Amino acid sequence: MRLLKYLIFGILFGIIMTKSEAISWYRIQEMFRFRSIHMYGIIGTAVIIGVVGIALIKKFELKDFNNNTITFRKKERKYSRYLLGGTIFGLGWALCGTCPGPILVNIGYGYYSMIIVFVFALIGTFLFAVFKDNLPK
Amino acid sequence: MKYFITHPWPWWFSGIMIAAVMFMLIFNGKQFSFSSNFRTICAAMGLGKKFKFFNYKWKTQIWNLVFLVGAIIGGFVAKTFLSIDRPIKISKTFEKDLANMRMLPPRITDSLMQVEKKKAGLVSLSDNSKTESGRRDINKYEPGTQEMLSAGPILQPDEIFGMEAAMSLKGFSILAIGGLLIGFGSRYAGGCTSGHAISGLSNLQLPSLVAVIGFFIGGLIMIHFIFPFIF
Repeated sequence: MRLLKYLIFGILFGIIMTKSEAISWYRIQEMFRFRSIHMYGIIGTAVIIGVVGIALIKKFELKDFNNNTITFRKKERKYSRYLLGGTIFGLGWALCGTCPGPILVNIGYGYYSMIIVFVFALIGTFLFAVFKDNLPK
Repeated sequence: MKYFITHPWPWWFSGIMIAAVMFMLIFNGKQFSFSSNFRTICAAMGLGKKFKFFNYKWKTQIWNLVFLVGAIIGGFVAKTFLSIDRPIKISKTFEKDLANMRMLPPRITDSLMQVEKKKAGLVSLSDNSKTESGRRDINKYEPGTQEMLSAGPILQPDEIFGMEAAMSLKGFSILAIGGLLIGFGSRYAGGCTSGHAISGLSNLQLPSLVAVIGFFIGGLIMIHFIFPFIF
């Protein structure tokens, strides 16, 4: 039952991604071609609200619903992996016009060919585990 | 209100809603990071026995898998109950890009006119025969066609995601290679759009900014240097 709320959050997320058209290949293509403000607007608005909200949480040391002080993990300060990993991810994002969340939302939407992308994303994750010690950090 | 429910949301509202989801997770002591699920699924399949990377307490991440299942349901709900038949509207300049790729624009004036006529009661419902599985067929694009072309809002090009395309060698390869790159890249970079572009940037993390710059380097390379060989 404790998990039910995450199901609801997930459903809300799926609806948002669909209604915002962020799950569309066309929208991602427009973004990478700088043809429309749409995706920049979505991400930009979310980030601006996020920056303000997280700053407020830190400033007032707010607690979560379980009464624990909210903390934010700092990302490791190693840059090769972010740049290289990010570039590899970007190649896939542009090729399929979908990032991880929308892969699943698209399957729910009825684009069943996305199951292929999903399965191979799992294989890609597995391949990372195989090769991770040989990659630049 | 009905218009708001059935039509695409403006970007500013979508952005606010995504931030809301992120804060709902934060206030439950969780992180908004969708691609972590791929790692969790690998771990749940027992790969932790052989690979240290998958050997962690994945059961603490079950909430995120539940979130993933919700996302699938959300896509279904939005299509079935919150949308009207209406192809996505793209910018004029992007339509020219599509033409260069020998792809059809998702907006089909004739079919939209048909929808309008249907609404106005000018066309009987039986005239409104959908093409098989909603596929768009170039031969049916002649002006004046009575065919109803759209079956649900068109968000993806059939040239890539239609079942016929996906089952061809080229189409399957596009989806498979794209999937591999997404899975591999998101773990190597330690996050995807939700983890880096939304959560990481919101927390002013420099590594996330570097990752997002990487996303765009990859995306621009794909579209400007690799696409000409594919499409």
